[in-house]
Amino acid sequence: MENLFNIFVESIFINNMIFAYFLGMCSYLAVSKTVKTSVGLGIAVIFVLGITVPVDYLIENYMLKEGALTWLGESFADVNLSFLSFIMFIAVIASMVQLVEMVIEKFSPALYNSLGIFLPLIAVNCAILGGSLFMQQAEYQNIAEATTFGLGSGVGWFLAIVGIAAIREKIRYSNVPAPLRGLGITFIITGLMGIAFMSFMGIKL
Amino acid sequence: MSDKEPLFSTRNIKLLTNPLNDENPITVQVLGICSALAVTAKLKPSIVMAISVVVVMAVSNVVISLVRKRVPPRIRIIVQLTVIASMVILVDQFLKAFAYDVSRQLSVFVGLIITNCIIMGRLEAFALGNKPWPSFLDGVGNAAGYGVILIIVGFFRELLGSGELLGYPVLEKIGLYNIGYEDNGLMILSPMALITVGIIIWVQRYKNRILIEDK
Repeated sequence: MENLFNIFVESIFINNMIFAYFLGMCSYLAVSKTVKTSVGLGIAVIFVLGITVPVDYLIENYMLKEGALTWLGESFADVNLSFLSFIMFIAVIASMVQLVEMVIEKFSPALYNSLGIFLPLIAVNCAILGGSLFMQQAEYQNIAEATTFGLGSGVGWFLAIVGIAAIREKIRYSNVPAPLRGLGITFIITGLMGIAFMSFMGIKL
Repeated sequence: MSDKEPLFSTRNIKLLTNPLNDENPITVQVLGICSALAVTAKLKPSIVMAISVVVVMAVSNVVISLVRKRVPPRIRIIVQLTVIASMVILVDQFLKAFAYDVSRQLSVFVGLIITNCIIMGRLEAFALGNKPWPSFLDGVGNAAGYGVILIIVGFFRELLGSGELLGYPVLEKIGLYNIGYEDNGLMILSPMALITVGIIIWVQRYKNRILIEDK
């Protein structure tokens, strides 16, 4: 249990998707104009990461990794399909996003309406594929750890986008040098926030 | 390509050169930021990444452009992702075989070329509606525009951060250390990549006033 908590905190603060790895920057920059839309996108990302990372974990460990196909029979013991992982992961993500979209539409139309176009956009958000690829690198022991990692990364991404959106709403009233307006200043603020987040790095869990 | 139009007509040349400045994928179109920032702590991975993206982008642009009339619009995203993913797997296996240490440094970011929005973005915006040759030029041009920024950022971060270029100790040879200069360790850390790109945007828009955003 303590281990899970460590993974959770670590993936939110120390290995933050945005400030430590710059994943999902494209939608982070494009959608962070207002707090309201960023909250919607952030929740959708938590949701999808929480589902795709464990599913990809199962695929990785029971289909792709060297020796993962042993459950089919002894003759499969040395099959190594890990070069297929990109294409498998992206397929899982695309279909999961589609599935999640349909389920939400059926059972919670209110949530569906509030997420709007953000759900399909998530399929090409690199934070999602990045989550699966980091999970593959980290070699987690069991599916609970992988799920925690997925949820934690999602929460970290959520905090980052809501934070920058709040700052961007305020900065509209400031006198930014003209060439820096919009994109430029957002980059620099993200960099400064990243430096602040680096103070978590010394924490050993 | 129409029979009359020469291979390098003005229009085609524009496709190649525009993305280098006015329509730069990173600083103007805001595409493909993720990987641009993460791999630029040193010059060498930046160059390798730039070349990989040029290859993936040029080939997938041509492939998509060739099949553009046969693919129903509803399944085009899956088709695009499949083409890109196959190309990326090829590049990844190639790097693992011939440049293993760089492949370790780039880690997951080679895989992330798949979701690099610059590639999806150009496929959607250009290759789906144009012939193979212009698509090829567009792909090379955009990937080069992306690569240029990558290499500029990588250059400054490695030079100021570790005092080397491609592993060659430039500053030490010049003798800057003898007069009390020290490496700026901050430049190697990831947030400085963002700030460097922010400054590049600043300089570019200062020179090129049309790009300035309204409030």
